[in-house]
Amino acid sequence: MDVPLSYYLSLSAILFVIGAAGVLTRRNAIVVFMCIELMLNAVNLTLIAFSAYLGSIAGQALVLFVMAVAAAESAVGLAIVIAVYRNRQTVNIDEINIMKW
Amino acid sequence: MTADQLTGLAVLLPLGGFLLNGLLGKRLRSELISGALGSAAVGGAFVVAVMCLVELLGLPPGQRSLTVHFFPWIAAGGFHADAAFQIDQLSVVMMLVVTGVGMLIHVYSIGYMHGDPGFARFFAYLNLFIVAMLILILADNFLLMFLGWEGVGLCSYLLIGFWYDRKFEKGTTGDAAKKAFVVNRIGDFGFLIAMVLIVVTFGSLRFETVFAQASALPVGTPVALWITLALFLGATGKSAQIPLFVWLPDAMAGPTPVSALIHAATMVTAGVYMVARCSILFTLAPASMAVVAVVGAATALMAATIGLVQNDIKKVLAYSTISQLGYMFLALGVGAFSAGIFHVVTHAFFKALLFLGSGAVIHAMHDEQDIRKMGGLRPALPVTFWTFLIGTIAIAGIPPFAGFFSKDEILWNAFTRGSWVLWLLGVLGAGLTALYMFRLVALTFTGEPRWEKGTHPHEAPLTMTVPLVVLAVLSAVGGFLGLPESLGGSNPFERWLGPVFARADEKLALVAYPGAFTEYFLMACSVAIALTGIYFAYAWYMRHPEVPGSLVKRFGGVYRVLLNKYYVDELYDGAVVTPAVKGSEMLLWKGVDVAVIDGIVNGLARAAGAAGRALRLVQTGVVQNYVLVFLTGAVLLVGWLLAQ
Amino acid sequence: MTAESLLFFFLAAFAVTTAVLMILERSPLVSAIYLIANFFALAALYLLLRAQLLAVLQIVVYTGAIMVLVIFVIMLLNLGSESRPHGRPEVQTVVAVVLALGFLAEIVYAVAAGPARGAGETSGPPPEALGTVESMGDALFGKFLLPFEVTSVLLLAAMLGAVVLARRRG
Repeated sequence: MDVPLSYYLSLSAILFVIGAAGVLTRRNAIVVFMCIELMLNAVNLTLIAFSAYLGSIAGQALVLFVMAVAAAESAVGLAIVIAVYRNRQTVNIDEINIMKW
Repeated sequence: MTADQLTGLAVLLPLGGFLLNGLLGKRLRSELISGALGSAAVGGAFVVAVMCLVELLGLPPGQRSLTVHFFPWIAAGGFHADAAFQIDQLSVVMMLVVTGVGMLIHVYSIGYMHGDPGFARFFAYLNLFIVAMLILILADNFLLMFLGWEGVGLCSYLLIGFWYDRKFEKGTTGDAAKKAFVVNRIGDFGFLIAMVLIVVTFGSLRFETVFAQASALPVGTPVALWITLALFLGATGKSAQIPLFVWLPDAMAGPTPVSALIHAATMVTAGVYMVARCSILFTLAPASMAVVAVVGAATALMAATIGLVQNDIKKVLAYSTISQLGYMFLALGVGAFSAGIFHVVTHAFFKALLFLGSGAVIHAMHDEQDIRKMGGLRPALPVTFWTFLIGTIAIAGIPPFAGFFSKDEILWNAFTRGSWVLWLLGVLGAGLTALYMFRLVALTFTGEPRWEKGTHPHEAPLTMTVPLVVLAVLSAVGGFLGLPESLGGSNPFERWLGPVFARADEKLALVAYPGAFTEYFLMACSVAIALTGIYFAYAWYMRHPEVPGSLVKRFGGVYRVLLNKYYVDELYDGAVVTPAVKGSEMLLWKGVDVAVIDGIVNGLARAAGAAGRALRLVQTGVVQNYVLVFLTGAVLLVGWLLAQ
Repeated sequence: MTAESLLFFFLAAFAVTTAVLMILERSPLVSAIYLIANFFALAALYLLLRAQLLAVLQIVVYTGAIMVLVIFVIMLLNLGSESRPHGRPEVQTVVAVVLALGFLAEIVYAVAAGPARGAGETSGPPPEALGTVESMGDALFGKFLLPFEVTSVLLLAAMLGAVVLARRRG
């Protein structure tokens, strides 16, 4: 392998941090959701990198499960977003604060 | 089983009566069963008392003291007190009086309390009282006696306030009951201090142990002074002497049988019994004995003066009781212990008789108690009149009735062993006693009727008159138990109690016998003064009824002082009661309870509320804030791990 | 500079650029498109790392299913663009950026300073057939059978949840 493992890990970290910043700053619930997916993908990259450099299939198997969970989560999450939109007519996170004290 | 072992039964029978009448009485709904049950319980105890007497008679005089041990009660470190009874000459005498007179009063109550909704409860309380009184008398140590002491105080409270929703003078019967209990408590404080001192000094509370050690001590031992003064404080509370007598007149709020049993014949004599039992301790402290004698004489005279002007039939008898108790303490104070106990016995007979008779009068007059509204009752209530008259003659001290022998012996001992001042006070009191008692008889039974037309007084039923007759007989002939040698008797009563007071008698200074002439002269003085009192009663209340009215007008100030009982109640109220109540209200209630304790509790609650209000601001409801916190935590955690 | 590292840098730059553009874009639909581009880049990277099956699955599942669903929802709700941020940035934004950069610094430090387990940077090339369908199948139905089955239950639950949640009342 020409590219050192640390390069892949750094790339993964950059993508993860970009996703985290997006979660914290965006107002639209669906965009927040997409940023979360980005974070998940960054983790997937880390796992696959390790799997390649250690020669083990376990990392990739785990990535498969992560993908499956992400799929399930996206389905449910978007259903929730739709339900909230029906009630509140908005997906702006600032306005969905009924759990406020 | 020997008689002394049966004494446990004597206590258990009335206890069973208390439980049965108390728990099932209402359901039984039969006055006959409740009344018979209560009376039979006490009757059984009386039988046991007689059996104990017989057993003691069979023993030689020096060994007439049996201990019945039930179970070890308290064993803490080096100290123990057992539940045990001491059957000796003194306790047997008291037991006979309590159960005998008690049984008669129980039978009387069947008639008197007829129709009362709390009939069964009354008998339950009466039985409980007998239980407590017997424990008091028969205990072989101070702690068990104190248990009985408190028990009779409790029963007194329950029975004074028996008609708990009834008005009485300035308050309710409940107030009178509370007053009795609280005043008694002050005396009990003295008793407790005495017990502590006794344990510290003698190492035990058992009578035999303490008295054996005490007889080895010299006269004038300082600790004996404090012990006996504290004990006497307890006695003044229970036996209504100066300064703690104020509860007894108020105790007349209770039903008349209660007044007869508790506040005449038995409970109030507990103080006398206690002092007599501790005779050896008192003889070690001549100063205490002087206090006892002076307080007794002063109380005797003071109460007699108050009784002279009272208009409620039971109040007159109440002050008479206080006065007679004063005589008993006078006897104890000069060292004539058996004379004091003798007067307890005779007084139980005639005072119970007088109270029960007054109950018959009240019953006939449909609960009227003011003697100014009576008069001319003799034709309607013959049995009541004759028995009441016998009781009055007895209390006035006219021979050959019982009161003469006991009172005369007290006065004789006061003169020879005390001082002529004490004798003079006693004699004056005796004269006043005769005067106010015959005033009572005159105003109640003789003269023109002053009651309303439709009252129709009628004689009491048999359940009430039979006890009256029995007590009248005892009042008439009971005195011969103590017939002194100067009149040809051998004073069996004094000889019977001799061994009990032997230790004390050793400590007392021997007194020279002043001579037979002095004895007969003093006897004659007693009778003369009594007759003088009777004469004046006859003159003022039967012959010339207008004289008392003019006397009141001439001595208006004195009359008012006497009528208001020397304003003692008002004095106590102002000096003690009101400051205590106000002080508690200001300081303890508002200061401590509200400000401090409530402040702490409410303050904690407020603090919890404030903390909650502050913490809930964390819940903003915006998910991104939560993620931010999450991320912050992750950053910190990773940083910490890296630093490792 | 081998072809592989050149390709890596290119794909890495592409991925980062699209990610940044995604979070900065105001229109949700355009953000979604950027994310899809990012996923393509990642799929190529997976191929570089001998994860053949996963690269395909990335395209099929992530872009083909999840992002399609997202775009579908965006269009269903007919969401407009977010308003342009005016005035000074809020506290939340500043703190978020600071934290994110801090986190990045920590990770890079960890990656650079600590040795990767398994003898250094390069420990021999991974076998070509590391992530093929056959080897993945061996792993899934062999060592990882239980997680595999449990995941299927998870998917069932998610399906039910989604149906219930999105149902119209009444």
